[in-house]
Amino acid sequence: MFGFFRRRKSKDDLKERLKLVLSYDRARLPPGKVEQLKRELLAVVEKYFPGDGDDLDVRFEQHGDRMTLIADLPRPTPR
Amino acid sequence: MNAKAIVVTSGKGGVGKTTATANVGAALAKLGERVAVIDTDVGLRNLDVVMGLEGRVVFDLIDVFEGRCKLRQALIRDKRVDTLHLIAASQTKDKSSLSEARMHETVRALLEDEGFDRVLIDSPAGIETGFQTAAAAAQGALVVVNPEVSSVRDADRIIGLLEAREITEVRLIINRLRPAMVKRGDMLEVSDVLDILGVKLIGIVPEDERVLISTNVGSPTALDETGPKFTAGSAFRDIARRIGGEDVAYPDLDGSKGVFAGLRRMFGGR
Repeated sequence: MFGFFRRRKSKDDLKERLKLVLSYDRARLPPGKVEQLKRELLAVVEKYFPGDGDDLDVRFEQHGDRMTLIADLPRPTPR
Repeated sequence: MNAKAIVVTSGKGGVGKTTATANVGAALAKLGERVAVIDTDVGLRNLDVVMGLEGRVVFDLIDVFEGRCKLRQALIRDKRVDTLHLIAASQTKDKSSLSEARMHETVRALLEDEGFDRVLIDSPAGIETGFQTAAAAAQGALVVVNPEVSSVRDADRIIGLLEAREITEVRLIINRLRPAMVKRGDMLEVSDVLDILGVKLIGIVPEDERVLISTNVGSPTALDETGPKFTAGSAFRDIARRIGGEDVAYPDLDGSKGVFAGLRRMFGGR
């Protein structure tokens, strides 16, 4: 019974992993390709905004029954 | 379910497709429907032995496809339920005569000429020709899934392929659920699987040694109405009633609602 509180439920890990794997399966895109896409996007961003492409985040998200490719490109606030 | 021709499929092997086909078929027939079950796992046929009909196979599906026998000659009547019939798969490995058109014609003839109410098509594992042929004539699908990683992943793939074939009535059978593990948080619960796969549920079947024992003797466990109230057999009978259109409540298998304390003990929970 104490283990219940001490330990994260293994099924929660599985659920998270499955959701990620399935999002790539459904997009017919292996995770390695997303990494490649990210690098190429980074190169393009770097070309237009030299020096601040570091916090680029590219991932798939499931919204209802559609997959969305999210590219998060934070820009420094102009002063 | 409105679908008269229903494919039983899973993607992954070994999750209980053949067991589900035999049990749901037997339970549906017991309810009074005229049911034909077809094994399409050519080269690895097993539905005949699970149903205890291996000694009666003279002609098989490939014989029908290749015109070596009439459809009626390949229909094997069940020993226990006389409204249940089997068409066995061929045990030879030649799959060249598997065709979607022949499958269509066979299913059409069963429903229209032979007067069957329902045709259950046991699909082979995988997503290749065998699966595609099995799914060709189906208007509905029972996707069998175990609450574990590879089965859920493969089920998702299969659901995508069924949707691509415009099979609209896709229903999920969660098979081999272990209520005690679910209770500990070590097995996906029903709501997790539904959340991930996004299809409608039609049955929850607990892990139950009666399934293996009944298979040993070639008699589907759904036909055994003795024993405890909630078993794999009772779960398969409930699925048959839901297919028939009845609204059957789900038993609280993992004890999450705090009732059915005896039930929890029965399934190894505490």
